[in-house]
Amino acid sequence: MNEQNVTNILVVGIGGQGVMTATEILAQAAIALGHDVKKTEVAGMAQRGGVVSSHLRFGPKVLSPQIMPGTADLLVAFEAAEGLRWCHMLKPGGLVLLNTAHLVPPVVDLGLYDYPADPIAEIRARGFEVRAFDAMKIALELGDVRLGNTVMLGAMADHLPFPAETLLDAIVKRFAARKPQMVELNRQAFEAGRAAEKAAAQAKEEVTA
Amino acid sequence: MASVMPAPSQSRLFLSGNEAVARAVWESGCKVAAAYPGTPSTEMLEVLSTYPDIYTEWSVNEKVSLEVAIGAAFAGSRAFCAMKHVGMNVASDALMTLTLTGVIGGLVIAIADDVGLSSSQNEQDSRFWGRFAHVPVFEPSDSQEAYEMTKLAFDFSEKHQVPVILRMTTRINHVKALVTVGERMPHDNPGGFKKDPARWVMTPAGAGRRIPLMFERDAILLAEAESSPLNVVESGSDRRVGFVASGPAWMHVREAFPAMPALKLGFSCPVPVEKIRAFAKTVERLVVVEEVEPLVEKELKAAGIACHGKDILPKQGELAPNVLKPAIARLLGEPVPENLAKPAPVFPRPPTMCVACPHLGVYYTLSQIKNLTISGDIGCYTLGAGHPWNALDTTISMGASMGIALGLDKGRGEADKDKRILAVIGDSTFLHMGMQGLLDIVYNRGNVTVLLLDNRAVGMTGGQPDPGSGRDIHGEPAPRVDFAKLVEALGVKKERIHVVDPYQLPVLFKTIREEIKVPEVSVIITDQPCVLIDDYKKQKPYAVIDEKCTGCGNCVEVGCPAIHVTRREKAVKPSGKEVELQFVRIETSVCTGCGLCVQPCAPEAIVHADPRQPMRLVKH
Repeated sequence: MNEQNVTNILVVGIGGQGVMTATEILAQAAIALGHDVKKTEVAGMAQRGGVVSSHLRFGPKVLSPQIMPGTADLLVAFEAAEGLRWCHMLKPGGLVLLNTAHLVPPVVDLGLYDYPADPIAEIRARGFEVRAFDAMKIALELGDVRLGNTVMLGAMADHLPFPAETLLDAIVKRFAARKPQMVELNRQAFEAGRAAEKAAAQAKEEVTA
Repeated sequence: MASVMPAPSQSRLFLSGNEAVARAVWESGCKVAAAYPGTPSTEMLEVLSTYPDIYTEWSVNEKVSLEVAIGAAFAGSRAFCAMKHVGMNVASDALMTLTLTGVIGGLVIAIADDVGLSSSQNEQDSRFWGRFAHVPVFEPSDSQEAYEMTKLAFDFSEKHQVPVILRMTTRINHVKALVTVGERMPHDNPGGFKKDPARWVMTPAGAGRRIPLMFERDAILLAEAESSPLNVVESGSDRRVGFVASGPAWMHVREAFPAMPALKLGFSCPVPVEKIRAFAKTVERLVVVEEVEPLVEKELKAAGIACHGKDILPKQGELAPNVLKPAIARLLGEPVPENLAKPAPVFPRPPTMCVACPHLGVYYTLSQIKNLTISGDIGCYTLGAGHPWNALDTTISMGASMGIALGLDKGRGEADKDKRILAVIGDSTFLHMGMQGLLDIVYNRGNVTVLLLDNRAVGMTGGQPDPGSGRDIHGEPAPRVDFAKLVEALGVKKERIHVVDPYQLPVLFKTIREEIKVPEVSVIITDQPCVLIDDYKKQKPYAVIDEKCTGCGNCVEVGCPAIHVTRREKAVKPSGKEVELQFVRIETSVCTGCGLCVQPCAPEAIVHADPRQPMRLVKH
């Protein structure tokens, strides 16, 4: 947070991963708590596999919808290289919650560019903390790859300026209205994401110790 | 989107600028709303179409959409029209005379400028139209303002019988914020259309009599701008700089310089010069922050008000706080904050064609044919200019592929005398502005092969229907144009018209090869739907048998994003030529079985996937 008491959360990934839906749910949770909220995407032709970065700002009063480089409180990366691409947006020493999936674009398959050898190490070398986990695998274990964004939301749950339950409520509310049969699975995905993030934090501590 | 409609009044909704405008249009009792899809404006009509008691349509182009709105406003009803910035170039012919007739029912035209070029071929400043057409321009800074200004714009339009431009930018259209909404107020139109040839029939004599009225109106509009509550000063203690700002730049200024005074221009054309002059006297320096052209700045300077603007700020792109802060620091002679946050170098991730897109077959084929000059158009298929196809040579504006192809033909130099000229255009773009160009090719005996990619939708903006889809804006059945008959009616010989399945590569290849040899106009229509719309039916996905893959890379040349290279090897061909082998896998979880990659695979290494095979989304 900053002098205006505004929280900046940047959620990034590629088109089709559910980045915008995840940020929307996060926004609804902030709204439920009475915050002013603005959400903006830089998603030029995102439907075509392009980069998606979704800015969420909430607090007593939000003016500009854009998060400026070096000021994000939290970076949530749905894809490893995207975590690296956007980590400069974080405040110094900030935290990245990262899905370890490597989604390789055609320009890399065509041999025009290289995929970074170890994006997580590069992010850490820039002085940011990374908690990495395989959200896709967790989602698939629960039976549906589309649960990936709820896993990511679960991972965020303990890093927000409000209780995890508020976020879970927003998820449940969304699915109760649209797909009630998916409520329970999303609840599980949320808790699995939360646990995965905790495990990643613990693993990091053990390495440091 | 659907959740917007039933919301009771006085509730706070989390709406994008586009959704907020749609809500306000509906609440204003608007009767007719029309648009052609275009990023970032598309959702205004898309959302409006979900509201009851309002006629909405996807028009064939922006000019027609404005004309539909004009007709409704002439008839005394409230009307709305939305478009992206380049749409107004098309619609401007109507606008420039509309300003002479004026309107009866309120007419609001929302123009969405793509500042920052997220999805456009240029970056225009639509505030120019306010000056050019002598009409007022309102500029909201967020969703709430977009909502309020839209409602005000209808009242204002009726009060002065003038169309109002609501100028938005991507950072308004696509930003979500909380909006307090109200109820729909029915708008009465008991009078209906009143015959008045002196006003509605713009002959030279009639128009000549209306021009002085337009100038009289200019003076009235200026007085309105000077006293408008949309133009307000927010005071500040640090008077070293005072800002004049509009649109999203207003929020960026307030964010970056909360202690400095600022004048917000919500009603920005005509510029309230005297209000700004008075404000300028209260500050040491005046800085105009406007996206993107120095319009207000120049008008202030012409009025003798000293100010800074584009001398210290970029003439392109968004004026976000990280752009403004260093510029103002330099202006004040303060140390410029060093930008420590530099992005890491990461491969680009440009937009790609979708998995199984029918255009893939077209561009794969075109990339295999030599000696072509290909004039392209606006749509997903503009991506054909990129890798791996590199099969598109020009893009200018909607429908331009036709005229440019004819010009390439007629203007060919000695070096191009054996070149074949081909034009590529989508169904919706063809109906928007391509038909006339094709007629011109036919009439003037051009030697052009036209590829009309009919995917039954406006693909790039999300698959909206067009007159070639057989559906209307609500998804209801609608008359469907027959492209083969249409181009025949335009004069293309029947034997030169072919309808081809773009997934049948040998047929497509043969047809193009034959038609480019014929020295007259041919039209090849591809007939498979966009993969984003319901017409598209998924089929069984494919996978690669690793042991059979020889690394030839032919399938990679198709350009489908579901095909991934797993390893590369250098090899020497019997001819002695060194080649790089590319061994591949198919991301079976996203493959929809179009079969395009199967066709160029010589070793038959691509087969239907075992449905029990686990999904391999993650590459380690």
